[in-house]
Amino acid sequence: MLQLDRVELAQPGFRLTADWSVPKGARVALIGPSGAGKSSLLSAIAGFFPPVAGRILWAGTDIGAMPPGARPLSILFQDQNLFPHLTLAQNVAMGLRADLRLSTDERARVAAALARVGLQGLDDRRPGELSGGQQGRAALARVLLRARPLLLLDEPFAALGPALKGQMLGLVAEVAEDTGATVLMVTHDPADARRFAELTVLVAEGVAHRPHPTEALFAEPPPPLADYLGGA
Amino acid sequence: MASGARAIGALALLLVAAPLVAVAWAAGGVSLSAADWAALRFTVLQATVSSVVSVLLAVPVAKALARRRFPGRGALITLMGAPSLLPVIVAVLGLVAVYGRAGWLNDGLAAAGLPRVQVYGLQGVVMAHVFLNLPLATRMLLQGWQAIPAERFRLAESLSFRPADVARHLERPMLAEVVPGALATVFAVCLTSFAVALVLGGGPRATTLELAIYQAVRFDFDLGHAAGLALVQTALGAAAALAAWRMAQAAGFGAGLDRAPMWRGPDGWRRGADVLALGLAAAFLLVPMVAILLRGLPGLADLPPEVWAAAGRSVTVALVSTAATMTAALTLAVAVARGGARWLDLAAALPLATSGLVLGTGLFLIAQPIVPPTRLALPVTVLVNALLALPFAFRLLLPEARALHAGYGRLAESLGLQGPARLRLLTLPRLARPLGFSAGLTAALSMGDLGVIALFAADQGATLPLMVQRLMGAYRTEAAAGAALLLVGLSFALFWAFDAGGRRAAA
Repeated sequence: MLQLDRVELAQPGFRLTADWSVPKGARVALIGPSGAGKSSLLSAIAGFFPPVAGRILWAGTDIGAMPPGARPLSILFQDQNLFPHLTLAQNVAMGLRADLRLSTDERARVAAALARVGLQGLDDRRPGELSGGQQGRAALARVLLRARPLLLLDEPFAALGPALKGQMLGLVAEVAEDTGATVLMVTHDPADARRFAELTVLVAEGVAHRPHPTEALFAEPPPPLADYLGGA
Repeated sequence: MASGARAIGALALLLVAAPLVAVAWAAGGVSLSAADWAALRFTVLQATVSSVVSVLLAVPVAKALARRRFPGRGALITLMGAPSLLPVIVAVLGLVAVYGRAGWLNDGLAAAGLPRVQVYGLQGVVMAHVFLNLPLATRMLLQGWQAIPAERFRLAESLSFRPADVARHLERPMLAEVVPGALATVFAVCLTSFAVALVLGGGPRATTLELAIYQAVRFDFDLGHAAGLALVQTALGAAAALAAWRMAQAAGFGAGLDRAPMWRGPDGWRRGADVLALGLAAAFLLVPMVAILLRGLPGLADLPPEVWAAAGRSVTVALVSTAATMTAALTLAVAVARGGARWLDLAAALPLATSGLVLGTGLFLIAQPIVPPTRLALPVTVLVNALLALPFAFRLLLPEARALHAGYGRLAESLGLQGPARLRLLTLPRLARPLGFSAGLTAALSMGDLGVIALFAADQGATLPLMVQRLMGAYRTEAAAGAALLLVGLSFALFWAFDAGGRRAAA
């Protein structure tokens, strides 16, 4: 279970509070206007943005003092999820060992992960030689190997077309299934939330509201969400 | 990483501060003689004239390069940058070969029945400084021209601006911003001029402070006096370096400078003027280099054995100081890019406030009671070269390190990529290009440096630049020319090896 215990984020001109928890294995969408703090909240959970108050707990343990790489989570950013000078196999292998000193068995797992996301045979390609969708798949292969219980998605597929984005979300769902991961996903698109997430967190007006069943939320949107959706 | 950066920053600060303290301590109660005041006046005078002439001449050259497109433009820009890598003593030798008493110019003038020109004294020092700094000034101004957005020039063309209007509305405002930085940079470089003054200056009317320090140590054995001069030099140099560091954008050393010109230069007499400016600048910069080549080739075949020994020492000095500089510069740049302490910036920049002879005097003062300074000649040369190159290497690496951190810092952290693995898999591969370039620059500068070694070296153990100077002083012209050519060859080869290595590793 991910628990945000009276977490408070602050920067000049920006303030956000969150005080709620997410059950293990849930798939949660974070929706709200730009600048409301969706990405900042993910950054705080991932360890890049220290909260000014409150605690972040995973399975009852405070993870606030851990460096980002040691936290029980994987995160995909909006862009730059792969190192451009490393091959796909090296990028994916970073999910197992960051120093890339792999055993034969680990090499086989890297190849299997690439095959699992449909990139078999592309081990030696550089990210620059791949399409945006293939890059997303490679990043998800790394998530598979990291096998952390929490997966944070900061709109990594925002630049893809609707069909491709749908495919990637399908793949995310499979990866989450395989690893049993809890998923938090930032999105601008209500359709993504409805298709992918049973719970939705509305981030608006300085508050990340507690998770609410997605269908019910969109059926009767509270005023800030209604504003965001534009007269829906 | 962070603790390593603090240790290296503290070490760099200490290695600069300790000689300065030693100098200040020894200088206590020393008063300046009339000759010292003359040296101070000459130092400021030659630096002022050198910087003004360099920048004034750079304006038409940079303007012509900015607005003309012609075959070989890129090659010309590269070639015109070569004097920056040329060991100073070799540049001086080349200028003497062209303008000296028995040089090409005077032979020509004599044949035409005209009076000979004189290359020694103020005009010689200024000419050498212009030769060495015109490329730098041109690069800085050319960057200014290229920083004017292409849209402005398109707008000017659509409003059918005449060249005078372009100058008034676009070029003069740009120059007003760029010229002070260029002036301050060249001024600061010329303030610490030693090798040029050693050969072309001298005497009561053309001695720089650096040269006076050298003479006080080597000929008068008056360390207190040397320390007093070093203190004056430091005050002057620190003020100039601070002004240049503040005012000047980092000169990008060629990167992106052969971009196509963004507007069509005007026709008519202005085309002729541009051709003239480029032709004269190219001749001024290239003819001495050709002279070095032609004069050096005959002597190259039978160089005295001590020249080869000196070459070996110089390459060793260059490689060791390059390793030290790059380790320090990379560690500090990465730490500052990640938001490290502000004083690390200062630690990397502080050597700019000093000079080779000032640091040398301080280290001489520290070493002398313990061990004969001549035995430390090479280690001290390595140390001083490494320190003096640090600000430049740091400044070249910092923007790249910042971009790397902004682009991939979070990804690396989210994957737990740190320590040696991060260096091997991320920092070195991504920064290979600027690392190779700045290592090449450091190696070439260290290879060609003639400063602190002159202070410490005994008859044995000279480096190659010192050997060239000694052969010149002994009128062994052919051997000097051969050794100079060897020195240029090694300096350029070191630069090329590092630069090309970095580019290949980045590819």
